[in-house]
Amino acid sequence: MEQNQPLRFFNRGPSPAARLAFFALLSLLLLFVDVRYRYLESIRSGLSVLVYPLQRLVTAPGNLWHEVDAFFVSHNSLIRDNAELRHLNTLDVAQLLQLEVLKAENQHLRDLLMVQQRADYPMQLAEIIYVERDIFNRKILLDKGTQANVLAGQIVMDDSGIVGQVTRVYPWMSEVTLITDKDHAVPVQVLRNGLRAVVFGSGDTGELALRYIPISSDIQNGDVLVTSGIDGTYPHGLPVAKVIHVERDPAYPFARILCAPIAGVDKRRQLLILSVLLKIPPRPEVAVETATDKPKSGRRGSR
Amino acid sequence: MRDHIQKDQEFQLPVSRSFIAASLFVALMLNWLPWQGVWLVVRPDFVALVLLYWCTHKPYHVGISIAWAVGILADVADASLFGQHALAYSVLAFSGIVLHRRVLMFNLRQQTLQIFPLLLLAYAIYAAVHWQLRGNISWEYFIGSVVSTLLWAPLTLLLQTLRRPRAASDQL
Repeated sequence: MEQNQPLRFFNRGPSPAARLAFFALLSLLLLFVDVRYRYLESIRSGLSVLVYPLQRLVTAPGNLWHEVDAFFVSHNSLIRDNAELRHLNTLDVAQLLQLEVLKAENQHLRDLLMVQQRADYPMQLAEIIYVERDIFNRKILLDKGTQANVLAGQIVMDDSGIVGQVTRVYPWMSEVTLITDKDHAVPVQVLRNGLRAVVFGSGDTGELALRYIPISSDIQNGDVLVTSGIDGTYPHGLPVAKVIHVERDPAYPFARILCAPIAGVDKRRQLLILSVLLKIPPRPEVAVETATDKPKSGRRGSR
Repeated sequence: MRDHIQKDQEFQLPVSRSFIAASLFVALMLNWLPWQGVWLVVRPDFVALVLLYWCTHKPYHVGISIAWAVGILADVADASLFGQHALAYSVLAFSGIVLHRRVLMFNLRQQTLQIFPLLLLAYAIYAAVHWQLRGNISWEYFIGSVVSTLLWAPLTLLLQTLRRPRAASDQL
């Protein structure tokens, strides 16, 4: 028996199994703490300072390629773009004039009604430095962080609609969970008839699901969904998605509705961060019975 | 093939710590490249491969602790949960260290088959943690383990070549 034991001339420390047990336990502990509590955010942002320059370094060739590509855009396409933009600008200016009038009128009416003024949201432009490398998560990293006063919970959109929500902030980066992420929900309203719903990510780029909608409800292909602003995370009235498929099977209580995000969730390089967190008064405590028999109120919205 | 490899191993330079560190660093960099779309699905896990290479070829130089530390870095960069990669890489390193004699007995083609379950285990652990905590699982994630396995032979050859002593210039 003793012959089988390897002679220990050199002390190599604890056996691999002991090490594995130690590190596996440590990993599980970290996982638990990371999921349950938020203590590790500072460590994470500290390490991210270390990792950030390397990430920039890795994406540098790609960025360089983009820049070179942009530099050699042909003369013709520039002229064409310019003409197009000029045209668009003229149209926009005309609409903007109307908007000013409408704004003034709205202000006046609101003053009359003594309704709280709806705020304009200041925005800042941020660039995507990283897309998710983990196919489980639909996340992107932007190049603005706490240094640019980005806060977790702020909304990220592009020129056509909502892209996602800032979920974690590092000193020079912020992590955005896209609306197509499986864990993400946006409280919405159908633009056509004001029907309230919650739209969930499906974990697939370019697809969202509208769940818990009774089959009898009035939703059609091509309906535009805008944020309802109900849970206070998303401001009211920003376009989110368009219904592309409605399936009503009487065997199930809920219709199966698929939507496509309006914003180019996976197409843009520059995005806008809305810089204001909406402040709504905290929800009053309600007795449990009354809370449960409310059907759906958009309260389950993204947290 | 077999004695080719074994002949190579006789002429390996003693491996330096900086070379190991550099190879892991390059692997991390490769993992951090902006992979997208289909490429993301078929992306091999270079870090896992390089870790496994060192754990089988130099089990006393690269151990579970290094695998764990690299895993933590990967977690930070990937914005995945703390310890998710670390756990998977620790188990991978452990299995590599325990089986290193067995794996090295085979030639490269047979090694590939021996490596596959180890990588699959690491991938499964990562996916299982995700499934337990997030409640969803995407099966195309496992394609990455197959691609990684296919890259085992080229990667081994590459690292062996880099470790081989270079002929002096006057002998060429």
